[in-house]
Amino acid sequence: MTRPTPETLANSARRHRPAAAEGSNDSADQFPRRLRPGAQPAGEQSGPFGEPGRTAAGGGQVVAPVQVSGAGSLVKSLEALGVEVAFGIPGGAILPAYDPLYDSSVRHILVRHEQGAGHAATGYAQATGRVGVCIATSGPGATNLVTPIADAYMDSVPMVAITGQVARPAIGTDAFQEADIQGITLPITKHNFLVQTAEELPRILAEAFHLAATGRPGPVLVDIPKDVLQAQTTFSWPPTLDLPGYRPTLHPHGKQIREAARLMTTARRPVLYVGGGVLKAGATEGLRKLAELTGIPVVTTLMARGAFPDSHPQHLGMPGMHGTVAAVYGLQKSDLIVALGARFDDRVTGKLDSFAPGAAIVHADIDPAEIGKNRAADVPIVGDAKYVIDELIEAVRAATAGQTAAIDRTDWWAQLDDLRDRYPLGYDEPTDGTLAPQYVIERLGAIAGPEAIYVAGVGQHQMWAAQFVSYEKPYTWLNSGGLGTMGYAVPAAMGAKVGKPDTVVWGIDGDGCFQMTNQELATCALEGIPVKIAVINNGNLGMVRQWQTLFYGERYSNTELGTHKHRIPDFVKLAEALGCVGLRCESKADVDKTIKAAMEINDAPVVIDFVVGKDAMVWPMVAAGTSNDEIMFARGVRPAFDDDEL
Amino acid sequence: MSKHTLSVLVENKPGVLARVSGLFSRRGFNIDSLAVGETENPDVSRITIVVNADSSPLEQVTKQLNKLVNVLKIVELDPGVSVARELVLVKVRADRSQRAQVLETVNLFRARVVDVAPDTLTIEATGTADKLDALLRDLEPFGIKEMVQSGLVAIGRGSRAITTGSALRAA
Repeated sequence: MTRPTPETLANSARRHRPAAAEGSNDSADQFPRRLRPGAQPAGEQSGPFGEPGRTAAGGGQVVAPVQVSGAGSLVKSLEALGVEVAFGIPGGAILPAYDPLYDSSVRHILVRHEQGAGHAATGYAQATGRVGVCIATSGPGATNLVTPIADAYMDSVPMVAITGQVARPAIGTDAFQEADIQGITLPITKHNFLVQTAEELPRILAEAFHLAATGRPGPVLVDIPKDVLQAQTTFSWPPTLDLPGYRPTLHPHGKQIREAARLMTTARRPVLYVGGGVLKAGATEGLRKLAELTGIPVVTTLMARGAFPDSHPQHLGMPGMHGTVAAVYGLQKSDLIVALGARFDDRVTGKLDSFAPGAAIVHADIDPAEIGKNRAADVPIVGDAKYVIDELIEAVRAATAGQTAAIDRTDWWAQLDDLRDRYPLGYDEPTDGTLAPQYVIERLGAIAGPEAIYVAGVGQHQMWAAQFVSYEKPYTWLNSGGLGTMGYAVPAAMGAKVGKPDTVVWGIDGDGCFQMTNQELATCALEGIPVKIAVINNGNLGMVRQWQTLFYGERYSNTELGTHKHRIPDFVKLAEALGCVGLRCESKADVDKTIKAAMEINDAPVVIDFVVGKDAMVWPMVAAGTSNDEIMFARGVRPAFDDDEL
Repeated sequence: MSKHTLSVLVENKPGVLARVSGLFSRRGFNIDSLAVGETENPDVSRITIVVNADSSPLEQVTKQLNKLVNVLKIVELDPGVSVARELVLVKVRADRSQRAQVLETVNLFRARVVDVAPDTLTIEATGTADKLDALLRDLEPFGIKEMVQSGLVAIGRGSRAITTGSALRAA
């Protein structure tokens, strides 16, 4: 890809969307990293470390100095950065910013709760690869953003949160609606700013977008005192970034790449352990090439579903606590794990000291702090997954050039195939005549298809959505992986739909999650954002109940929500009250036609209340704190693992 | 566990110390000693941190520190090739009968008297932690009324500067 010129960068974010919607693999693969506002600033100079240190800001626009208020400077900066949409709620301290926003090209979507604004920004960013923007006022407005900021931090989502702050003279006086949001968000942001003068607004915003989008992406908060917004200042563009301490390593070390390639061509039982970093880097096409070139089996983590087609014969599925037996076994018994943009999370490794005891580890990540954090790496590779994968492909080709025969992995594949045959993902039909939640999700995936975007909440329905929907394309699976934020689905689906208006967006939510953030459906109804929400309503906090079933002697303390027993709330009526179409489905026979009915409605948000059985459980399962060797295929059924000769 | 001395060069901006110290507590590290001040470049501050940790967790905290946007450079100072000093101010009971003995101790340790009162002497001393411990042990019998200690500061020996070969002049 050629280097973007100032002309191509101008509003690149906006122009790029249609190409992605066409579904061309190449564009889908390239858009997230290349054309993020500020990601490759025009006029970039190589810093002394070989990476951008001080650079001109992105956007490509040039604006001659003009007199404006601080608020005007903020909004003009957002425009210059190519921001298409911001989610937010006004309030006292941020109020000056809403005046120039009134007639800005930035579309502001008025949400019902700041948490919704934050998750919407995240959903938008995860679906499009562009930086998501949310806006809140000081004090409670800002603290309501804490959860989505922490969520975006855990899942490395590029997001910029803009908050109002009390006027500078009032800071530190416990003024009305004062909260030290910079201090509060120190541990959950990639970086944050408290703006001191109106003059520095364009530079700080350009820096915030640059930090959010580049390197390991993450949330950046910009806190702006009210008197800074009201002050008179001069706006001009582009500003010069001043980030001398920020220099992400993008290009991997050639020696490590060659060593990794050597191991990949000689290992007998290798696995590619693919994490969300591959999606963030836009490296999914390269991943497929690398996998097919080497013939190595692939597992995709919860954050990487869609990075490699589920239908691909080399795909073993998702590893981890609720992963497939083949994926968990594959990692556990491998002699080489090639981790790409993954972080050896406890939900993947199980008990760490018994994880993949015989495996050499190649660990590639853009964040050096991830390498060796949980599991020591034999071959550490710091770099952007796209460059890492591209260079691995070259190195593997070089390593195998002149070889007459590739290494024989027939035995390894035979074992994995046998496990796939014997322990496929599946579920038992409920014996009590209730609707199986897994069936609902399976049918939803089949009917909506691989073009749709699926956005899950957190809990059983999330795991089933990760298991029983087939993901064929990148950026079609959105969820709260690291933080596990209940209430993520509805606002994140809203954000995804805003970013991808021509794509069908299904929220798959639980009855517990849905009651946390469903008020954003009012936003969707009023703003013309026709998301579709499938509430997998089992009347309980299902995942917690599952643990009570398994580990607390079936003592169901405070997990019954009453959405079955008392039908409080009635989700159909609730949907209608929020301006949506409400549908209900209680039997297997009605599942397909209810989903199809929802697919027909494109002028309003739709909510389907799927009334499902409460006793279904997520399997397979590695209980928390136990070894992956202890994986249970179903209750009381343990795959024959250790007995297999290797 | 062993003690490590980290020299952390940071941008001289508000809140940077909170980011650095917060990172240590958040990741479960105890700071033994901390000193911060401007460098030859007023845009750059230097934080000297002494931390008690094994080498693998220390590597993790160093990597996490490096991720802070305001952190410019981190160097672990090897005690064999660096000079490390702490400063102590100590107020010791010393009436006329004891003053000569206290002054003898002060001279032995090449410390200085910086304030005199009828019944106390205030003594300033710099040195390594070992030397200051020894001084304080010797002063203890006279009665220490008050004491304040600085964090450790340290610098590499030889002509090479911590900024050599890096971009700090650009900071």
